[in-house]
Amino acid sequence: MSRPGGISTLADHKRKRIDELIARTAEAGGVSLLRDAGRRLLRNPTAIVGATIILLFLVIAIFAPLVAPHDPVQRFPELTKDLTVDSIPGSTAGHPLGSDPLGRDFASRMVFGARQTLFVGVLATLIGLLVGVLLGALAGAIGGWVDVLVMRLADVMLALPGLLLAITLVALASRSTQWTVIVAVAVVNVPIFARLLRGSMLAQRESDHVLAARALGVKRRDIVLRHMLPNSMTAVIVQATLTFAVAILDAAALSFLGLGDPDINRAEWGLMLGVDGVRYFEVRPELAYFPALAIIVVALGFTLLGESIREALDPKNRR
Amino acid sequence: MPLLDVRDLSVVFDRKGTRPVKAVDGVSFTVEPGQTVGLVGESGCGKSVTSLAIMGLLPRRGNRVTGEVRFSDVDLLKLRPRELRDWRGRDIGMIFQDPLSSLNPVIPLGVQVAEVLERHQGRTRQAALREAKELLDAVGIPDPQRRLKEFPHQLSGGMRQRALIAIALACKPRLLIADEPTTALDVTIQAQILTLLKELVDNSGTALVMITHDLGVVAGLCDTVNVLYAGKVVERAYRHDLFEDPRHPYTHGLLQSVPRLDVDRGARLHQIRGSVSDNIPWSEGCAFAPRCDRVIDDCIGETVPLEPTRRAGALRCTNPVEREVAV
Repeated sequence: MSRPGGISTLADHKRKRIDELIARTAEAGGVSLLRDAGRRLLRNPTAIVGATIILLFLVIAIFAPLVAPHDPVQRFPELTKDLTVDSIPGSTAGHPLGSDPLGRDFASRMVFGARQTLFVGVLATLIGLLVGVLLGALAGAIGGWVDVLVMRLADVMLALPGLLLAITLVALASRSTQWTVIVAVAVVNVPIFARLLRGSMLAQRESDHVLAARALGVKRRDIVLRHMLPNSMTAVIVQATLTFAVAILDAAALSFLGLGDPDINRAEWGLMLGVDGVRYFEVRPELAYFPALAIIVVALGFTLLGESIREALDPKNRR
Repeated sequence: MPLLDVRDLSVVFDRKGTRPVKAVDGVSFTVEPGQTVGLVGESGCGKSVTSLAIMGLLPRRGNRVTGEVRFSDVDLLKLRPRELRDWRGRDIGMIFQDPLSSLNPVIPLGVQVAEVLERHQGRTRQAALREAKELLDAVGIPDPQRRLKEFPHQLSGGMRQRALIAIALACKPRLLIADEPTTALDVTIQAQILTLLKELVDNSGTALVMITHDLGVVAGLCDTVNVLYAGKVVERAYRHDLFEDPRHPYTHGLLQSVPRLDVDRGARLHQIRGSVSDNIPWSEGCAFAPRCDRVIDDCIGETVPLEPTRRAGALRCTNPVEREVAV
């Protein structure tokens, strides 16, 4: 290979090889951040587990009337006849999980509970997230008196224990409906989101790349929306996944205190756990176990997915 | 008419509860179109604050900026923020010290270059991206088409700084301010970046204000040099004059402090006594006096004025260094 011809062939070969590599990386490189994040999400087993759990419960919630063996509000004579204060019938023919304290089919109520619980949890979290992000972004982006006003308000709200604040809000409402519960739980979460976002926005405001953007004459609106906000959302996304579980529990606590949904026919896991489950725990602990287990598994699903989303959105993990 | 005429620029940091700090104390200098001007001094002498004040990038609260910054005869300090924003990036570009943190980590490089074109030249995203590719090519980034879609952390340090230069020069500004553009890079890359900058400003006729503490950078790049000490210009001269014949003891000391290859390895490196914090207020004499080897009684008492010297230079010293006679 010492002949000049040999060297040039080798060089040609290498050059061809490099061109090939460039062509291949160019193919792989042409994807947007979001699509790429989605692709990485699909490859992450944690994300798959989380997404499967959520999807499963979503399907159950949406198709509840098809999945449930019975009508969740109907009281069955075969169940009520065995019903006493000291004994609630367990699994019988046609009623796989037995009866609830009012002689309704427990399995059907669990299935319909998925619908109601996801509805309350997701909505309360989303409302809290939206309002919190809006306030936090305003405070962090504008600063000055807006910042002071929003943050002192948040301080006042955080000074009260969350549940106490929610109780107060529900008590203030003249007539409690399920919406009162959702709004009350959402409001409790607003200051948490607002403060979290404002903190990261402030860090972003001082960052070099925001200074660089300002030096380029980028408009303030664009700096806030394109440079500060996307870099600040990570913490908020993770917090939202955790908030979901807490929101369900808060709603349950309100129900337990008799401030929740006044409709006794509505099946909701928090309500089932907090009222029937606790009251009849010594008679039939399954009444508490099943709703509690369901809440834990759904919350786990959201947490797993949330954590994976955070990882996937971090551009440093791009391969 | 000079392109940039900074007159008596002062910046005082004045926060409630703290003693006011005069970071920049009556700095004046001019930049002619196409010229490269150096602002040199050690940490804390006011170089970076001067550049931020020129661009109007200092925080709105907690400081007072006085004087004039005339850019093509418009006083930038008198413009409203909204108006000034139109000048930034279009007429004046800026490059910062740390190329990684100066790029947005979640936005692909191409979009970051395109953004400034969309903002100032009304390009569509598509057209801006095409132009971005050419810009990246012009600053020597290989395979620009692929780099457009990459994120800042995927580039090397030198490549990031090249990208920042591409962004700063995208709208063909008349003035580029470079604030220690090579400090965060290793020496081989430093040389490449400086060569690139020189090439680009020479070809486009952009004037360059080079802020640095590195005399090597000054020697390679600048036409005229302003030496800053404690917020004031202490000496101004053409590059050649400054290196041949430094008049101010501070400049002299800085040049002496550069390690040389042609002296004995065992020889002790030269140093300037004390640190920047060992100074007296300019109103009570020469701020450099406590550290100066040539200090005389006249140095202390009243403000030392900036006197013009030969060839458009200037000097603020009562007992300047005399030219060393060649042995």
